[in-house]
Amino acid sequence: MERKLIEERVIAIIAEQAMIEPAEITLTCRLADLGIDSLGLVECIFSIEEAFNIAVPFNANTPEQPGFDLSSVGAIISEVEKLVARQAA
Amino acid sequence: MRRVVLTGAGTLNPLGHDTAQSFAALKRGHCAIGPLTCRDVDRLSIRVGAEITGYDPQAHFTRAQLTGLDRFSQIALIAAREAVAQAGLVLSDAARLRAGVILGTAGGGNLTVDDNYRNVYEEGKNRVHPLVVPRLMHNAATAHLSMEFGLKGPGLTVSTACASANHAMGQALQVLRAGQADVMLTGGSEAMLCFGGIKAWEGLRVMSRDTCRPFSRDRSGMVQGEGGAVFVFETLEHATARGAEILAEVAGFGMSSDAGDIVMPDRDGPVRAMQAALADAGLAPEAVDYVNAHGTGTAANDRIEAQALRIVMGDHLDRLPVSSTKSMHGHLIGGTSAVELLAGLMAIREGVIAPTMNFSEPDPEIVLDVVPNEARAGKVDVVMSNAFAFGGLNAVLMLKRFT
Repeated sequence: MERKLIEERVIAIIAEQAMIEPAEITLTCRLADLGIDSLGLVECIFSIEEAFNIAVPFNANTPEQPGFDLSSVGAIISEVEKLVARQAA
Repeated sequence: MRRVVLTGAGTLNPLGHDTAQSFAALKRGHCAIGPLTCRDVDRLSIRVGAEITGYDPQAHFTRAQLTGLDRFSQIALIAAREAVAQAGLVLSDAARLRAGVILGTAGGGNLTVDDNYRNVYEEGKNRVHPLVVPRLMHNAATAHLSMEFGLKGPGLTVSTACASANHAMGQALQVLRAGQADVMLTGGSEAMLCFGGIKAWEGLRVMSRDTCRPFSRDRSGMVQGEGGAVFVFETLEHATARGAEILAEVAGFGMSSDAGDIVMPDRDGPVRAMQAALADAGLAPEAVDYVNAHGTGTAANDRIEAQALRIVMGDHLDRLPVSSTKSMHGHLIGGTSAVELLAGLMAIREGVIAPTMNFSEPDPEIVLDVVPNEARAGKVDVVMSNAFAFGGLNAVLMLKRFT
C-alpha cells in the first residue's frame, strides 16, 4: 500500500476522533495537542487496526510505548506503514 | 446505632478452596497468575489470568443443580457454605424472616452468556437450554444463597464493576444498622475468564501480558482472575444472643462518585470515599493499621491511589502498610473486594499483613510502604479496604478488631 494512502486513512481516523477537519492535521501534530485523551488514543488504535487489518503493539500502562512510536501523527503513519509492509511480506 | 460484626467467612478463589488455604497462600506470597486455559485462547492477545484450579463442581453439586448454576453462582454457594458453617449459623423459621443476602457481581453469568452466544451465532443453533436466563441473571447467586439457606429477608444484587462486592457489603451493613434484618450473607463473586470476557477487557489495552505488579515502576497492567468470598454479617445483639464467635467488627463504609471520566481514575472521588468510611467508623486516619489497596497494577490507578492515600492519611502514610493482593489472586472484578477483605480479616485475626508480590522497583511517583514481596507480622486493629470502579464509583469498607 502506498504511503500516501496510508497517510490519508490514518489522518482521517485521527481527525474523526479529534472532531476536526483532516486538513487541520499536519505530520508534526501530537495527539494530545489535538485534544485526544488516553481513551481516545485507544479508540484511534482500534480504528487503525480495523482499517489496515494489523495488530498494533500498544499497552496503555507503558507510556514510552517501546513497540510503537506515538510521538506525532507522522510517527504513527510511519509505524503503520511498517506494520502494513510486514503484513504483506 | 446497631453495631455490626463479622462471624463467618468463606471463599473459593485462585489462592485456595477455603479461607484457611487462602490465608496460607497470602502469607507465603503465592502468585496464582498463570496461563489461561479457556477455549480459543490462541485467538487472545492476553493469555494470562488467575484461574481457580483443582475445582470439581460435581464434588459440590448434583448434576441437576449444576444445570441451573453458572460458575459465579457455584463460587458464591461454596463460599457461603463455608461462612455459614464457620459462623455456626442455625436459624429458626422466625429468624429466617430477618435474614438475607446481598452479593456483588460485575458480569453475572458471563460464562453462560459466552457459551450460548457461541451456540447461536458461531454454531448457528436455533435453540438454547431452558435455564439460560436463570443462569446468567446477575441476581442468580443471591437467589441461590437465599434458597439454599432459607433466608427470607432482604435480598439484592449490586453491580458496580470492580467495586461490586464492597458496595454489596456496605449495603448489608446499612440493612443491619437500619434494623431491616439481623443477619446477612454478603460478599461477591465473578467468573468471566472465557474468550468473550477476556476479549472485551483486551479492548481497553490496560491488561498485562505477563503478570500483575501493583505499585512497581515496571507495572504493565491488570490481570483478571475469578472467584469470590462470602461473609456472615450480623448485629452485635444477634451474635451475642446466639453465643457466636465474633471475628471482627464491620466498623464503617463510605462511597462516592467521581462524576468525571468513565474509565480514567480520579483522585478526589477516592479521597472522599475513604474520608466518608473513616467518618462513618468514627475513626481518625491515624487509627488505620493496614490498607488493602485497590492496586490494580495499571499505570494510572496505582499512581492516583497513592496520591489519594497521601491526602487522606497525611504523615501517617509514612508508617502505614498498604498492599495490593491482586498481585496474587488477580483482579476478580465484581468479587475482588470480597476476597480482599479476607486479607483484612487475616491481618486482624492472625497478625500477618499480606504482601504486594511481583514488586521489582519503586516508582518515584508512588511513595508507599507496599509490603513488597514478603508478608509481614504486625498487630492490626483497623483495616481499610479500597475498591474504585470504572464509572468512578468508589466504595471503602472499614474492618476493626472487636473489643
